[in-house]
Amino acid sequence: MESEGDKEAAMTHASRVTRQEPKDEPIVCRCEEVTLPEVVQAIREGYDTVEELKRHLRVGMGPCQGRTCLPLLARVLARETGRSLAEVMEEISTRPPLIPIPFEVWRGK
Amino acid sequence: MRRTADVVIIGAGVTGAALAYELARRGIRNVVVLERRFPCSGATGRCGGGIRQQFTTTHNIRLAMESVEHYGTLAEELGVDIEFIQGGYLILAETEEEREAQRKAVALQNDLGLPSRLLTPEEAAEILPLLDITTIKSATYCPTDGHANPFRVVEGYLRRARELGVVLEKFTEVVDLEPRGERIVEVRTSRGPISPGLVVNAAGAWSGEISRMAGVELPNKPVRHEIAITEPVEFFMEVMVISIHNGIYFSQTMEGQIIGGIGLPDERPGYNLSSSLRFLRTYSRELLRYVPALGQLSVLRQWAGLYDVTPDAQPILGPTPGLENFIQANGYSGHGFMIAPAVARHLADYIEKGVKSEILEKLSLERFKEEIRGEAFVVG
Repeated sequence: MESEGDKEAAMTHASRVTRQEPKDEPIVCRCEEVTLPEVVQAIREGYDTVEELKRHLRVGMGPCQGRTCLPLLARVLARETGRSLAEVMEEISTRPPLIPIPFEVWRGK
Repeated sequence: MRRTADVVIIGAGVTGAALAYELARRGIRNVVVLERRFPCSGATGRCGGGIRQQFTTTHNIRLAMESVEHYGTLAEELGVDIEFIQGGYLILAETEEEREAQRKAVALQNDLGLPSRLLTPEEAAEILPLLDITTIKSATYCPTDGHANPFRVVEGYLRRARELGVVLEKFTEVVDLEPRGERIVEVRTSRGPISPGLVVNAAGAWSGEISRMAGVELPNKPVRHEIAITEPVEFFMEVMVISIHNGIYFSQTMEGQIIGGIGLPDERPGYNLSSSLRFLRTYSRELLRYVPALGQLSVLRQWAGLYDVTPDAQPILGPTPGLENFIQANGYSGHGFMIAPAVARHLADYIEKGVKSEILEKLSLERFKEEIRGEAFVVG
């Protein structure tokens, strides 16, 4: 069966996974490294709701569950589309769990 | 909005998007795609992204094999990275009966030219070293199965289709269909009416409701299926795993996240899209039974989508008896993403040339008048 090394590999966190080069532009979503110009461009291409932007750019889909970035995203979206912030915020759907929780906790004993 | 269209496609999931593209590519460009919310907001955008050919009916196997061929060249054709990985599908069995079902399935699949094979538990562990084979009786494996990113696939199809002249109307709901004689003569939407040449019902779990607007009853039922995704971890599994014992499936995305789900057997038909604790408990229990090393991996998010389930778990494709310009493209029963590229080509060929392929003949709505022999390997 699996060795300790395999287990360790499986549980190694994303923090150790090498991702893209550092970016110069302001970051909207830290978890998924989505920048402000990327968001603005996507809105101009027609991804003009929060839910579409999430699916297109992965913004808000990282481990923070959008806590940091979705309010920022909503402001950019409101500004770019001329809609009210309240209307844009209303589009945001949340999905459980509120914080990441390991499989063994869900399984229980 | 355009007031007339050669083809009105209802639904911008993978089926509607792929068909729009295939029609446009054939020169049929006065096409409108109507989407109640936004592209991928239904089952396509909620699915696990698996692309499997190891089925138990000839038509599902054939459609999936054709689709895998298309998926192989789709990224280049559409100019989009669809994150297609052919890491194979490993199907697990835990009883003698399930092993026998696997043996029969592989025989049929091999007859149709699919390179699937029956494995011992030890051979399965060679493919996925972290797999705990204590309870495994047998497995099957097909190296050309895989998975892709549904969002990228739909985006790619729609982008090319729109470049070729197709119109996408998002946040536009179909409120009624008006049949007159043997045709649908008007599609009424929340943004005005359209006179259609053809109407394609690619509304997934809502296809029954759309069809009813034209006075046609479909045997489809919407059934909730839940799914969850984890934080990313280092890439350790290229293969996608499913089990015919408990209906679990899981794979690792290019981002490194484990995405998977499990069907709950007592799920009742309906439009319930809520997330349940019971699902997460069941999924976690069964996943850790197969891959105990994932115990400390955290679930990031769970959600649900709707399977559009037919009595034989095969899609309903082609014109509707009595309403010849009303084309059905629904009833995928959880396998729509896998077979959409092939289905789109069969339907586009029919729309272009008026000639039905053998698969369209066999998978028409009319088949439900006869005895039903269905797909046995439905998971998720």
